[in-house]
Amino acid sequence: MSVVTLHAITVLGHDRPGIIAETTRALAGLGLNLEDSTMTLLRGHFAMMLVCEGTAGDDEISSALAPLAEDGTLTVSVREVPQEHTPDTDGTSWVLTVHGGDRPGIVSAALAPVAAAGGNITDLTTRLAGDLYLLVAELDLPAGADVDALRAEVDHAAGELGVGATLREAEADDL
Amino acid sequence: MIPHPSVVAWSEVGLGATGVVRRVLTAPDPALATPGEPVDPTAPDVRQLAADLVATMRVSPGCVGLAAQQVGISAPVFSVDVSTHPKTRTHHGTFVLCNAEVVAASRNERAREGCMSVPHLTGDVKRATRLVVRGQLPGSGEEVELETDAFEARALQHEMDHCAGLLFLDRVAGAHAVHPRKTYL
Repeated sequence: MSVVTLHAITVLGHDRPGIIAETTRALAGLGLNLEDSTMTLLRGHFAMMLVCEGTAGDDEISSALAPLAEDGTLTVSVREVPQEHTPDTDGTSWVLTVHGGDRPGIVSAALAPVAAAGGNITDLTTRLAGDLYLLVAELDLPAGADVDALRAEVDHAAGELGVGATLREAEADDL
Repeated sequence: MIPHPSVVAWSEVGLGATGVVRRVLTAPDPALATPGEPVDPTAPDVRQLAADLVATMRVSPGCVGLAAQQVGISAPVFSVDVSTHPKTRTHHGTFVLCNAEVVAASRNERAREGCMSVPHLTGDVKRATRLVVRGQLPGSGEEVELETDAFEARALQHEMDHCAGLLFLDRVAGAHAVHPRKTYL
């Protein structure tokens, strides 16, 4: 009996129509189920990560996806990964927004206090538009975290960079 | 904003039916995607449904609204009670509306919603914060046109979507506007 395994696949490179259709057709052909995926354009480059489950192995998946990389404009990687379980948490979810004039080091400076407070980044987008640099991070803070102290640290870091920072709770309303 | 007196005065006590707590269905149950035909708000089965919705809403932690589709019935009937929610401004207490429709909607705002029928996800949804809704009260059948705002407006739109067979997932603001839920009520 075949063993069901989980595989992480990344596809990176020159954007064109049809990449997702071709990738997922090959995976469906192997009976793989897409468990999670995300795709965006980074400075116009196609960037996709997905996690799929099934009985095919890394080599079989790589072979099926090989045609995608044939013309040299796309890089495809396939790697088996273990099942990860996200534990329920009594922590809180926050959104950190930082924006201002572009300069190196904004992300590291803004997120260092978050890491020091035990905060975990769960989603991150940064964009550079002209001279404007934007960072939007979703993060979890552990129960009992001193949010006011963290906000002061983030504000201080932002002040040194000459950018603005806002930390607000990402509360969901149940309806 | 002045709450509608008939809606404020409405109570399930006047339905002549004892509410039964029903099981709340979760997606992808097909009942959630099934809109219903208009109902007679004075009919005994509609009075019973209204009482059941209120009873189920009352025992469900954090629940501020419940539509018939969520308990497996394809009918345009929902209950709402946002009176204790911190984002509420205008409210009408506990009430049930049948055959509700939007008369006017304005001032859209985006906020993150969760739903008992989608327990593992939340999503960012843009909804009107000023709303006029027309519907009928179960029991008397009185037609009412109520005006509301803020969180009650959001709740009414969320429940009317259920009645149309839609979930908040059908309205999320983009591909990165859906989030895994981390805390449960």
